[in-house]
Amino acid sequence: MPVSLEKVTVHVPEIRISQPQIQTEVAVRESVPPAAPAEVSAIRKYLLSRSDSAVADRLFHWLMVLCALSIFAIVVLIAWRLVVSSQVTWDRFGLGFFYKSFVNPDTHQRIYWDPVNEQFSAVPFVYGTLVSSFLALLIAVPLGVGLAIFMTEMCPRMLRGPLAFVTELLAAIPSIIYGLWAVFVLVPLLREHVNPLLVKLLGWSGLVANDNPTGLGFLAGGVILSIMILPIISSLTREVMTAVPHSQREAVLALGATRWEMIRMGVLRNARIGIVGAIILGLGRALGETMAVTMVIGNTPEIHKSILSNGTSMAAVIANEFTEAVSDVHRSALIEIGLALFIVTIIVNVIAQLLVWAVTRGTPSQAH
Amino acid sequence: MNGETFKMRARLRALTDHTVTALSIAATIIVVTPLVAIFAYLVIRGASSLNLDFFIKVPKPVGENGGGMANAIVGSGVLLAVASAIGVPMGIGGGIYLAEFGRGTKLANAVRFTADVLNGVPSIVMGLAIYSLVVVPQRTFSAFSGGVALGIMMIPTVCRTTEEMLLMVPHAVREAALGLGVPNWRSVLSITVKTASPGIITGCMLAFARVAGETAPLLFTAFGNPFMTTTLNRPIEALPLQIFVYANSPYDDWHRLAWGGALVLILLIVLAVSLVRYVTSRGVLKGAS
Repeated sequence: MPVSLEKVTVHVPEIRISQPQIQTEVAVRESVPPAAPAEVSAIRKYLLSRSDSAVADRLFHWLMVLCALSIFAIVVLIAWRLVVSSQVTWDRFGLGFFYKSFVNPDTHQRIYWDPVNEQFSAVPFVYGTLVSSFLALLIAVPLGVGLAIFMTEMCPRMLRGPLAFVTELLAAIPSIIYGLWAVFVLVPLLREHVNPLLVKLLGWSGLVANDNPTGLGFLAGGVILSIMILPIISSLTREVMTAVPHSQREAVLALGATRWEMIRMGVLRNARIGIVGAIILGLGRALGETMAVTMVIGNTPEIHKSILSNGTSMAAVIANEFTEAVSDVHRSALIEIGLALFIVTIIVNVIAQLLVWAVTRGTPSQAH
Repeated sequence: MNGETFKMRARLRALTDHTVTALSIAATIIVVTPLVAIFAYLVIRGASSLNLDFFIKVPKPVGENGGGMANAIVGSGVLLAVASAIGVPMGIGGGIYLAEFGRGTKLANAVRFTADVLNGVPSIVMGLAIYSLVVVPQRTFSAFSGGVALGIMMIPTVCRTTEEMLLMVPHAVREAALGLGVPNWRSVLSITVKTASPGIITGCMLAFARVAGETAPLLFTAFGNPFMTTTLNRPIEALPLQIFVYANSPYDDWHRLAWGGALVLILLIVLAVSLVRYVTSRGVLKGAS
């Protein structure tokens, strides 16, 4: 899912930060106080209440309030429908849905997901989502922060615009196109070159095993996810780093620090909470990402230690099986996975939002 | 500290500094590479499959070569029209509330926060919710349900951009309108919103571009349909859905069509993003000053 960067934005944090700048700009040009008066003056209120259009005004006001309230309504409706539709599974498996496994009566093997015998457990999906998201963060965080450092502290001015445009484009490419590219370009690349190399280098750890000739699997999912969450992490990190006042940098430089020491002590230390927020926001995106992951993760509900094995994720199983689910239990099990995804992403987003707001409002980080 | 160790430390610090510089340059290059690769592949493999047939023909039966994606292009148009009809007015309305009526109130803060959280809800979950809200009562997959799913996903983006743009309109403009005796609703609609309209339109374009590429919420709402249709209460094809099906198929000719569809989709999106950049860089509120 793309996020836009710059001023016209989807995510608050960026807006939160860029807003004061925009407003000061306006204030300088127009000499209007930057903060609008929060309350309408008594005279204005009186005049408005007496005017011919008082009824129309009130109607308009309430119409707008209704539009705003619809956002609450949507969230409540989503939650309510998901809870109601997943009731069957909840009654049958309870909380065990998220940690139990079953034994297949015929083969006596341990299984988790058996639509034929109507035995369902979300364990392999939770595992797959966690593993692929973790791999994505592992790759995207150093790259994203590195890009942000380059763009705010080192980059020549003329490169800054194009680079911002590039990250913006990366954010705007739809999931399905990442998936298409991954299937035809990335997976063969991993299969032919990267995976054998990894097996040779890290085969001893048991985390990479040469048992999957397709090139699909957790690693492919993780790599494509990392490309998709990079723009969020790097643009947010850039915004928080820009928000660190210049005096901080100058103070550290004046003490004789090199550029890296200045970045580490003057910038990263002040922006760290915001950077953590950016990473968590990227995690939220990675957890819910569907199409690209579905196309490359392999879609087998099993748990493997090796990151080169086929697996599946919560979003991927919904996308794959929902239209083909015939029994009510199967469908409601998938909806329950969706509900879990909904709750987790909301929690992750709220935490990230609060962290980024904390920095950009300048409360905790400025204390150092 | 004696001179020798001091020199050593200085050299070490300089070395660290250079290493970090090199690493961050490397990171930048690694980030730019996939973008270049994706675009190169899209252009190379997509351009060769774009011809007139692609735009005016519906898919051929399995096994036959040729055919196009006309049904998917029309379907995407229908879905996006429904989505915009829902998402744009509600989003702009919410944005007007946040910027004009609710400034600083608790309710406005709560709405703003919820909009941002809603924005982070995975699109597949949105699809599930719309399935049980619209598809189940309707007893059929339909273009309408797909449009609703996309429209709801547009609301937070449109709402927040509208708010941002309205906040940039100077207060004097509003006061001038009110001072002339213009009713408040009129002043909001024909003065404030109109002043900020380039920004609001770009926000809508951005939301539009974003949902144009969404696949996950359409899987079990619009569902897909190999025939040309514009009826709202029947399943309908969409460009991203078609790409998904074709990319997973074993046929080379379908892969070719998938790349073509992807190129069309990305051109639409790049156009929208560039337009947004162009308008915002020119200063959205030229008319206001």
